[in-house]
Amino acid sequence: MSQPAPSKFIKGATGDWEVVIGMEIHAQVTSHAKLFSGASAEYGGAPNDHVSLVDAAMPGMLPVINEECVRQAVRTGLGLEAQINLRSIFDRKNYFYPDLPQGYQISQFKHPIVGEGTVIVDVSPSERITVGIERLHLEQDAGKSLHDLSATESHVDLNRSGVALMEIVSKPDMRSAEEARAYVSKLRTILRYIGSCDGNMEQGSLRADVNVSVRRPGEGLGTRCEIKNVNSIRFIGQAIEVEARRQIGILEDGGKIDQETRLFDPGKGETRSMRSKEEAHDYRYFPDPDLLPLEFDQAFVDALKAQLPELPDAKRARFIAEYGLPPYDAGVLVMERASADFFEQTAKGRDAKLAANWVINELFGRLNKEGLDVAQSPVSAAALGAIIDLISSDVISGKIAKDLFEIVWSEGGDPKDIVESRGLKQVTDTGAIEAAVDAVIAANPDKVEQAKAKPTMLGWFVGQVMKQTGGKANPQAVNDLLKQKLGV
Amino acid sequence: MSDLTLLSLAEARDALKSKKISALELTRAHVEAMEAARPLNCFITETPELALAQATQSDAKIARGEAGPLEGLPLGIKDLYCSKGVRTTAASRILGNFTPTYESTVSGNLLRDGAVTLGKLNLDEFAMGSSNETSAFGPVISPWRRKGDPAAKIVPGGSSGGSSAAVAARLCLGATATDTGGSIRQPAAFTGTVGIKPTYGRCSRWGIVAFASSLDQAGPITRTVRDAAIMLRSMAGHDPRDTTSVDAPVPDYEKSMGASLKGRRIGVPKEYRLDGLSAEILALWDQGVAWLKDAGAEIVEISLPHTKYALPTYYIIAPAEASSNLARYDGVRYGIRETGRDIADMYEKTRAKGFGQEVRRRIMIGTYVLSAGYYDAYYVRAQKVRSLIKQDFDTVFAAGVDAVLTPATPSPAFAQGEQGSTDPVEMYLNDVFTVTVNMAGLPGLSVPSGLAANGLPLGLQLIGRPFDEETLFSLAGAIEQAAPKIDYPQAWWRGA
Repeated sequence: MSQPAPSKFIKGATGDWEVVIGMEIHAQVTSHAKLFSGASAEYGGAPNDHVSLVDAAMPGMLPVINEECVRQAVRTGLGLEAQINLRSIFDRKNYFYPDLPQGYQISQFKHPIVGEGTVIVDVSPSERITVGIERLHLEQDAGKSLHDLSATESHVDLNRSGVALMEIVSKPDMRSAEEARAYVSKLRTILRYIGSCDGNMEQGSLRADVNVSVRRPGEGLGTRCEIKNVNSIRFIGQAIEVEARRQIGILEDGGKIDQETRLFDPGKGETRSMRSKEEAHDYRYFPDPDLLPLEFDQAFVDALKAQLPELPDAKRARFIAEYGLPPYDAGVLVMERASADFFEQTAKGRDAKLAANWVINELFGRLNKEGLDVAQSPVSAAALGAIIDLISSDVISGKIAKDLFEIVWSEGGDPKDIVESRGLKQVTDTGAIEAAVDAVIAANPDKVEQAKAKPTMLGWFVGQVMKQTGGKANPQAVNDLLKQKLGV
Repeated sequence: MSDLTLLSLAEARDALKSKKISALELTRAHVEAMEAARPLNCFITETPELALAQATQSDAKIARGEAGPLEGLPLGIKDLYCSKGVRTTAASRILGNFTPTYESTVSGNLLRDGAVTLGKLNLDEFAMGSSNETSAFGPVISPWRRKGDPAAKIVPGGSSGGSSAAVAARLCLGATATDTGGSIRQPAAFTGTVGIKPTYGRCSRWGIVAFASSLDQAGPITRTVRDAAIMLRSMAGHDPRDTTSVDAPVPDYEKSMGASLKGRRIGVPKEYRLDGLSAEILALWDQGVAWLKDAGAEIVEISLPHTKYALPTYYIIAPAEASSNLARYDGVRYGIRETGRDIADMYEKTRAKGFGQEVRRRIMIGTYVLSAGYYDAYYVRAQKVRSLIKQDFDTVFAAGVDAVLTPATPSPAFAQGEQGSTDPVEMYLNDVFTVTVNMAGLPGLSVPSGLAANGLPLGLQLIGRPFDEETLFSLAGAIEQAAPKIDYPQAWWRGA
C-alpha cells in the first residue's frame, strides 16, 4: 500500500485525518437472458413481463447457469488483469424479502469466479494510482418492491429478479472522494470497452456500496461504515466527503464509530443509519445444492482473451507512442471506446495532435453542451478530418474553421464544398490584404500613434483587418504587412 | 377377465398389447378400486375424469399401433410432483390450492410414454417423515394388518406412504415416489412392494417440490421388480433443466431381469449389524444371503466404517437444505397468506399456520446448523463425513464388490402413534439403513423378502454402484424368485 499523501488529508479540529475507501460495485451483466433462467434481462417492460417460473421461485423450479454471463464475467476479469478461477461455487445467501422470491439470492461467497486484479486510475493529469481488486463474483439481482400503487398494499415487480450482476470488490486503496470517483469512472470505462455492462447508473445497471473509514495518518484502519446503493459518480464523491466529516466529528469529540450500514441522502447531503452490526442479517451462506461447481478450462479463458478488444490502458499507451499525444489527452480520448475510434478515424493520415485538439476541444465540448454522445455527433469523423485538411493546407484559418464546424454541425454537408460555395477561402492575395491594411491605418491615425509606442496594439489592427476581410485574410500575411507598415 | 387390478404392470401391458383388455376397462377397474379405498386415505386428489380421458386416448393409440411403453397403464403420482392443471400440495397446508401451470419432467416422461394418471398420492408433509403421519391431509393407513390385531392402524411408511399403500392395495399398477433418506425404500419394505431410488442424477428433479436438493431423487414403487424396471426406464433420463441430472443413456432395465448372478460379488457390511437389531431382521438378512448364494453370487463381508455417523450427518444436511428450499413458501406469490401487521408478521403467521410441526422442526434445525458460528461445527463437518461415507462405498466397489445387501428397515411397520410421538429421533431411526445410500448418491432398491412374525412384510435392501441399477434389478429379481410369494391383503376396507 502506498505512503500517506498529505495533500489528500482532511484537516480536522485536532489535526489531519486520512480517509480510506473501498468499494463494492454491482454491475449488471449485459446479456439477453437472466443468470439462471431464460427470461429476458432487458431493462423496462411492464411489471412482471420478464418473469419465468424460475424467477418467481415456483415449486420445483431449478436454476440453469447462463453461459454468456459466465463469459462476460471472465472477460471482465481479464480486463481487470485478474486471476480467473477455473472452478468456482455458487452459494445461497438466505434472507426473507418480498422481492426475493426464492428466499435466497444465488451468489458466490467463498469461491468467486474471479480473484485478485488491479485497475490503473488517472485521478488528474498529473496523478495516477493503482487500485487493487479483491474479487469479482456473479450473483442474482432481486426484484423491486413498489409501495406507491396502493395505500394499503405493496406490490412486487420481478422483472429484475434473477438478472445477472457482477459484484466487483476493490481493496481499501482509495484515499479521497476524487480517487473514488476516478476509480468508478475508470471501471465503467473498462466494462464498456469489454461490453460486459452498459455502465448506465441512472437505470441502475451500475451501483456502488462505498466503505468509508478514517484514521490518523500512518495508523491502522479505522472502523468502517458501508454506504449502500449510491447511484451516481457525483453522489459517490459527496457521500464519501460527508461520511468522512461525520466520522471525524465523532472521533474528535472522543466518540467511536459503530460499524453499520448507512444510506446517503443527496437531498439533505447526509448519511444516515440503515442497520447496525447487531441488526445485520445472518445470511447462512452455503453451497447451492441445485448447481454443480462452475468449471471450465484454460482454453475457454484463452479463447475469450484472444477476442478481447484493445482495452483503455493499452490504447492510451498506443496513442501516446503512435500519435505523440500528451498522456492526459490520450487518457481523455480513450475514456469511451467510441470516442477513441472517432479520434483514430479523424487522425488517420493527418496531424494527430491537431486532430486530438479538435476532437477534444471542439467536438467533445460541443457534444457535452448538447448532452450528446459521440455516436450521435452530427459531424462525422470524415467531415472533421476534411475540416482539419482545409486548415493544414492553409485553405482556411483556424477561426474560419470554427465557423465551418458550426455550419457542418447544424446544416451538414461536405466541408470542402461549403468553403467553395460560401467563399470561406483564406485570402492570400497580398494586394487585397494590403488594401485592407491601408484602409484601417488611414481610418485610425490616433491608434497608429499609440501602436508605435505600444507594439501590443498590433493585435487590435489584426482584428480590424480580419473584420474588413470577413475573416478570410491569411493572419500571417496580415501580421507581416502591419508590422512593416506601422514600423513595429 | 375378472379383476384387472390383480395384474402386475407388466402383465397389464402385455394384455393391452395383445388387445385382451382395453385401457379404458383397466382404468375403470383402478378408478373403482381407488374410490372404494378412500378409508385408506392414499390419494389427496383423485383425477378419475382425467384418467378415463387418458385411457380413451391410449386405446386409440393402441388401435393405431402408436402405443408408448406405458400406454394405458394406470399409475399414481406422489403429490410432490407438480402436475399441470392439477392441484399440487406436497401434503402441506401452505400451498393452499396451488395448481401448477407445468408438469414435472419425470411425470411428463410417464405421460409421454402413455401412462394414465389416477391422481395425486398422499405423503408426509414436504416428504418429511417415515410413517405418513405428518401429512396435512391426514395419515395414510396401510392395507396390511397385524396378525390378530385388526384394530391397529398400520402405517405404510413414509414419506411415500400414499404411493406404497396404493400399490399394495392394488389401487394403481405403480406409483411415483421420491427418496431423500429412505422415502421410497422404507415404505416399500413396510408394504411388501418394490421400491428403487436410482443413482442421484438419474432422474430429473425439475418440477418436483424440493426437500433436500443434494439428496432428493425420484423413483417408482411397484408390486414386482420387473414393474419397477419398466417404470424407471420411462422416468429416467437427462434433463437440461436440472443441471444435476446426468447425460447418460437409459438402459432397458427390464432386460437385466433374469441375468445370471454367477460370479457377482455381494458385500455384507458388518457395521449394519446394529446392537439390538431383532433376531427376525438378522434371520431375514441371512436368508437373503443364502438366496443370492444359491443363485450363484459370491458373498463377502465388507466394512463401511463411517456408517454410524450417517444418520446424525443426514439430519444436519437434509434440514439445512430444506430450511433454504422452503423459504419460498412465504405467502407472497402463491399458496396461503395470513394477514399481518407488517411483512415480517405476515411471514411468521403464514408459515406458522402453513407448516406442520415436523416441517417447522426441520426448518429450525436447518436454520440453526447454517447459522454464523455453528456452520463450521455442523454443516461443514457433516459434509466432510458425507465424503467419508461415500469413500467407504467407493473403496468397497473398487475392491470388486458389485452390490451390497442389507436389511431395508430395522423393524416391520408399526401402528399410528406408536413411534416418535415423544422423541422424534425414534422415528428418524427408521432411516438408519437407507440414508447412507442418499449420502453417497448411490442406487438402492428395497425388495419384499418375507413376513415378520406379526404378519407384516419385511424388505431387504440392495445398494449398487453409481448408475448400475441393472445389477440391482437382476439381484432383486433373484430374491423375488426365491422369497415366498407376497399375498397382498384382501380389500378389508371396502365397506369399512
